[in-house]
Amino acid sequence: MTSVVSARGLGLTFKTGDGDVQALSDVNLDINRGEFVSFIGPSGCGKTTFLRVIADLEQPTAGSITVNGTSPADARLNRSYGYVFQAPALLPWRTIDRNVGLPLEIMGYGDSAARVSKALDLVNLTGFEKKFPWQLSGGMQQRASIARALAFDADLLLMDEPFGALDEIVRDHLNSELLKLWARTEKTIAFVTHSIPEAVYLSTKIVVMSPRPGRVTDIIDSPLPRERPLDIRETPEFLAIAARVRDGLRAGHSYEE
Amino acid sequence: MKRQLTGLQRALAAFAGGFALLALIFEFASTEGAPLPVWEFPLAGTFLVLGVLAIGRIWFQLPLFIDGALSVLGAVALLLALDTLQMAGPGYWFALVSTWMFAWLFVEQLAASIRAGRTSPTLGMLIPVVFGLSLLLIWEIIVRAASVPMVLLPPPSMIWTRILTSLPTLTADFLQTFKAVLAGFALGCGSGFIVAILVDRSPFLKRGLLPIGNFVSALPIIGIAPIMVMWFGFDWPSKAAVVVAMTFFPMLVNTVAGLNASSSIERDLMRTYAASYWETLLKLRLPAAAPFIFNALKINSTLALIGAIVAEFFGTPIVGMGFRISTEVGKLNIDLVWAEIAVAAVAGSAFYGVIALIERAVTFWHPSVRGGRT
Repeated sequence: MTSVVSARGLGLTFKTGDGDVQALSDVNLDINRGEFVSFIGPSGCGKTTFLRVIADLEQPTAGSITVNGTSPADARLNRSYGYVFQAPALLPWRTIDRNVGLPLEIMGYGDSAARVSKALDLVNLTGFEKKFPWQLSGGMQQRASIARALAFDADLLLMDEPFGALDEIVRDHLNSELLKLWARTEKTIAFVTHSIPEAVYLSTKIVVMSPRPGRVTDIIDSPLPRERPLDIRETPEFLAIAARVRDGLRAGHSYEE
Repeated sequence: MKRQLTGLQRALAAFAGGFALLALIFEFASTEGAPLPVWEFPLAGTFLVLGVLAIGRIWFQLPLFIDGALSVLGAVALLLALDTLQMAGPGYWFALVSTWMFAWLFVEQLAASIRAGRTSPTLGMLIPVVFGLSLLLIWEIIVRAASVPMVLLPPPSMIWTRILTSLPTLTADFLQTFKAVLAGFALGCGSGFIVAILVDRSPFLKRGLLPIGNFVSALPIIGIAPIMVMWFGFDWPSKAAVVVAMTFFPMLVNTVAGLNASSSIERDLMRTYAASYWETLLKLRLPAAAPFIFNALKINSTLALIGAIVAEFFGTPIVGMGFRISTEVGKLNIDLVWAEIAVAAVAGSAFYGVIALIERAVTFWHPSVRGGRT
């Protein structure tokens, strides 16, 4: 197995007005090709920061990290990942198809119309090409932003709590859609969440993190099959992994204050 | 089903009828000391009698256009009466108030009727028209019936006549001044915009240029106008220079603020695409700044007109709106001054309106334009 992301002794300290904040400390992690890796932990545990380091949106202050065998900066310049943010961040003056086509415009793809319709088809948004983002529901907007990250066909997809703002029914639906999409496209996905069921349902590998300083406390390889209907969440195997994740979170969480 | 009048409508109806009754009772007007009773003015008399009869709406329903027609009848009667009376009596003033109340009542009922869906919304255009005409009518009648000296305030009819008879002068003045307005507006807004981009590109320039822009905008216009005349001559370029100085800073400040209007997530997004500075500027930050830039354009459209007109007070060839105002005031030709003011007001509103229309087309996506949720 080739590793897409490889971090060794990675650390990141933010300098702030009232002292240094250690957002990441001694993170060692490999994400292999085709894996679905979830990062879970309470707020402040550095899961988003780690994703942003992979994307070259933050600079580590210690250790080393490679993305596709190169530095994160080169990986970004090679456009080797798609990033889905917490908010859809669709540009309100562009229709959905032109929003999805935005990265293609910037990267200079010639066949952008075909790529846009393929990406919209992957997230079931065919027929909404000419709508403006503010004419769609929150769930549809987030699907459009996923289509935008898929449009240029990067092998690595970084998702930062993409469904955090959506209600549970929409979230369940989008989770199972995401699994199908992952199976069809064979991408590597790094997914930040703070929902245990979401992490267990989606992932082949779950990274449990804890705050102050942000660090990895447990890495769980899921024995669940790749094909996962929604009711897999009632099975004993699923519940066992969920219990282990919960234990990991509890162990990492300090209540001394 | 009987249409219920609101409290305000009932009060307006009562006042309209009541003042019509008072107008019938009190002395209407006089000429050379001899009283002129209301029956000397058949049209006014008809209006007042019908106005009193309209109180009958307590018992039967009255279509709202009756009130509209009554107010028009009252306006025409009062204007015609002005030609024969010398001194307006209390009855005349009561009749004016009654006319005003009928117009108000008409507008009030029309608005309610449109809201309830009984009347087509296109008739809503009547509301501002009636409002404007009422103001002009009250202005005309007060000035003429109370014999207000012309230097203080000429009646609108006189201003209108003056506009029609002085069309060549007004056109020449308008063209002269608007050359300065348009040239100054384009240069001031354009340079403000370009400097804003430079400031955005370099923090060094930001520290140097923003205070200078602020400094320029704080200069008093009556101070810089004579200097600009010395630098750029008597003709319109010196006025354009004043307009540049006035419009530069609002554009600079608004554009700088607008360029920071895009969210950090949106800018991170462009970074993940490895977009260049200019791609980010063109595809994200400038469109996001458009509402701010249009604000500056709208502010500047009126500032430019004010600047050009005031600048013409300080040396100009013998043409231009500011020149005309300053010299005709001296000659006590107040009606021509008002005619220039009217032209300036209409031109300024039209200039602003065109920019506002373009804004609606360009920033259609902004919540303030589409009126929707975010």
